[in-house]
Amino acid sequence: MRLDSKIPDGQLAEKWYKHKFNVKLVNPANKRKYDIIVVGTGLAGASAAASLAELGYNVKAFCFQDSPRRAHSIAAQGGINAAKNYQNDGDSVFRLFYDTIKGGDFRAREGNVYRLAEVSTSIIDQCVAQGVPFAREYGGLLSNRSFGGSQVSRTFYARGQTGQQLLLGAYSALSRQISAGKVQMFTRSEMLDVVIVDGKARGIVTRNMVSGKIESHSAHAVLLCTGGYGNVFFLSTNAMGSNVTAAWRAHKKGAFFANPCFTQIHPTCIPVSGDHQSKLTLMSESLRNDGRVWVPKAKGDTRKPQDIPEAERDYFLERKYPAFGNLVPRDIASRNAKQVCDEGRGVGTSGLAVYLDFADAIKRDSKKVVEAKYGNLFDMYQQITGENPYEMPMRIYPAVHYTMGGLWVDYNLMTTVPGLYALGEANFSDHGANRLGASALMQGLADGYFVIPYTVGDYLANMPATKIGTDHAEFKKAEENVKGQIKKLLSINGTKTVDHFHKEMGKIMWDYCGMSRDEKGLTFAKKRMQEIRAEFWQNVKITGTNEELNITLEKAMRVADFLELGELMIDDALNREESCGGHFREEYQTPEGEADRNDDKFAYVAAWEYTGDNKPENLHKEELVFENVKLSKRSYK
Amino acid sequence: MKITLKVWRQKNTQDKGKLVTYDIKDASPDMSFLEMFDVLNEELLIKGEDPIAFDHDCREGICGACSMVINGKPHGPLQTTTCQLHMRSFKDGDTIVVEPWRAKPFPVLKDLIVDRTAFDRIIQSGGYVSVNTGVTVDANEIPIPKNIADEAFDAATCIGCGACVAACKNASAMLFVSAKVSQLAMLPQGKAESKRRVENMVATMDAEGFGACTNTGACEAECPKQISITNIARLNREYLSSKLTSEYVEA
Repeated sequence: MRLDSKIPDGQLAEKWYKHKFNVKLVNPANKRKYDIIVVGTGLAGASAAASLAELGYNVKAFCFQDSPRRAHSIAAQGGINAAKNYQNDGDSVFRLFYDTIKGGDFRAREGNVYRLAEVSTSIIDQCVAQGVPFAREYGGLLSNRSFGGSQVSRTFYARGQTGQQLLLGAYSALSRQISAGKVQMFTRSEMLDVVIVDGKARGIVTRNMVSGKIESHSAHAVLLCTGGYGNVFFLSTNAMGSNVTAAWRAHKKGAFFANPCFTQIHPTCIPVSGDHQSKLTLMSESLRNDGRVWVPKAKGDTRKPQDIPEAERDYFLERKYPAFGNLVPRDIASRNAKQVCDEGRGVGTSGLAVYLDFADAIKRDSKKVVEAKYGNLFDMYQQITGENPYEMPMRIYPAVHYTMGGLWVDYNLMTTVPGLYALGEANFSDHGANRLGASALMQGLADGYFVIPYTVGDYLANMPATKIGTDHAEFKKAEENVKGQIKKLLSINGTKTVDHFHKEMGKIMWDYCGMSRDEKGLTFAKKRMQEIRAEFWQNVKITGTNEELNITLEKAMRVADFLELGELMIDDALNREESCGGHFREEYQTPEGEADRNDDKFAYVAAWEYTGDNKPENLHKEELVFENVKLSKRSYK
Repeated sequence: MKITLKVWRQKNTQDKGKLVTYDIKDASPDMSFLEMFDVLNEELLIKGEDPIAFDHDCREGICGACSMVINGKPHGPLQTTTCQLHMRSFKDGDTIVVEPWRAKPFPVLKDLIVDRTAFDRIIQSGGYVSVNTGVTVDANEIPIPKNIADEAFDAATCIGCGACVAACKNASAMLFVSAKVSQLAMLPQGKAESKRRVENMVATMDAEGFGACTNTGACEAECPKQISITNIARLNREYLSSKLTSEYVEA
């Protein structure tokens, strides 16, 4: 099968404009004859469900949380990029496009990224119209700040709670459509399979997480807006419930999985405090606007930070990257933090942390100004660590945060399964090998508000509105599969808990497929993952039954899928014999220790095809064509 | 730290439920309250017992999922969410009683998990600005004075956890409803439909079975996001003026 990205022909700036004219339309009276399933209600899912319902389609929306308002988009802190150029500092759609392509280390599609930059401005208009309370200046106009990987101020924000405010905006639009009867909402429902009839996605199978009932839902198109898979590492900044199950099961039904090894390690997280740790907390990247990152110059310096004189501190980001300083992109900041810690210069009891110091900012701007910008983040830090960041520097360390990889989609956001779409973090398309800060919110909302409403119509216009009943043989088959898996899990009755396996797997993934990778480690990790998976299916302990609210069973199903995904991530990391963005292979680095990209051999998207249980997946390559940017070595010096 | 936990166990909505005692032998002061439950649940599982079900997700204090009444106080002794509470807030040897939110509109589903969909239905009845996707007005064409934007923001930070209802002796949802009503009533975008909004949201709140507000202020004292009861005053003002001048009269 040849992968067709369906990027429209023509000039970069005209592609989306022309495509919108060329797509087929469904007339307003016919839209009500089509049903669309949206799985997940984060920024991508809620905005898509609301926008499609406004157009007249019948939407069924699903989330595993108790309310659509709790999707993990809510936890995004820093902001959302848009090429508004309100600051008159030289921003433009092309500059946002260029920064994003470069930030992604030239492993994303030009056409998609340009479209993202283009619709970014509409997102801000839309959110303001919904009543999203962005930060403002005294004149009443919107305020901006700068973010990693860019030299303009284009980030719109709502204190340190931008994701919350944007999600509540999308949730309010969704709520309005629920009350209008155009969206039917299913909460505490977990999608466990995609149903394919005659080669097209025609529905899903879900488990009601309160009653355990396995249910089928039929539709004309299925949208997966189910987020990323960072929890494959057990410890990450993701919510406890974030999982890959919907995407992975779609993968097993024929949707290719692209660039699974591209994971983002965020540089500013609160370090691990002990074995009981259940998740890691992010401190927004915006803190790097005013905080200075440093470690002692000497190894094993155990003095308190305030006792270390200026001359004996190494502000390593400012030293190595004078142009961008503390605002280098995430992958670079993370890798440098790891390097200084590996050299034995890390701080804190574990030695796995660097300082993020606000003393200079407080001296320069006053405590009050710093508090107004970052107050809630400082409070959160103090709550978790018991230390006051106004008085002593924060300790931070990188942690898994975002996954650039995901289901392969074409320009229309359709996966390799006709009628099955992937939006937001669940797809792979816009961030390449590294995502710039404040771009995830932008992409989720771009996909949901401004892309899918056009592209899904093009698909539906070509198919009859005839409905398929959930008594169809394919639905029954999928239901039986799901029930079979649940029955099997409940029958094992072993001696180790689900969390035990999840932690064991997560450590392997972090140690060998995390911030840096090499062939030897990856090969070892692959073997270990297979062993852990085999043991899981023989020795996991799950109490209770399916026919009740069963938190252990829910977790077990998700971990079973993570175990399979982890192995594919390792395969992908082994295949990509270069370093780019968040994927750093020890064997491929420049003499200065920077990522050594290989454009001759690896300027492609690696899209993996599932071929059956315990069989190696097939690799398909989508060549990346760059016509508008020059492939250059990414330098932030 | 040694802790004695008394936890509400209830198999399902129909079950009567009871407090069950568990001994925590070795809790670390750096653990979050929920991580202590994780450790306890691992022990229960190994013994073949049903782990304690509780709602939680982001564990960063923003999703609003976690919801435990700890020693009689929603989210425990600090004015924060349960997930942001750490064991260093307790003393070695403490006995801690943990119960679910108690309110008729929030039925218990299992153990410490309650059904809060009533909140969603209140928002569905008017907690939005009626604008379709694709508006063409530039964002900066609606200037909003900073003080108004900030005040609206303070109201908009509500996480919908329901601690206000759990804290109130009448199980009133006034703080939750007033936060949304206030945010949108203060902003120019929400003005056009402010009358319909307040009337509909209050009507839905009543129909869901939440109690009346008697201004005791327990909600504000327990709100993990410090939502102010000034919002309730604003709701009352909005509601009264809306009723007096309503163009929205049902047949």
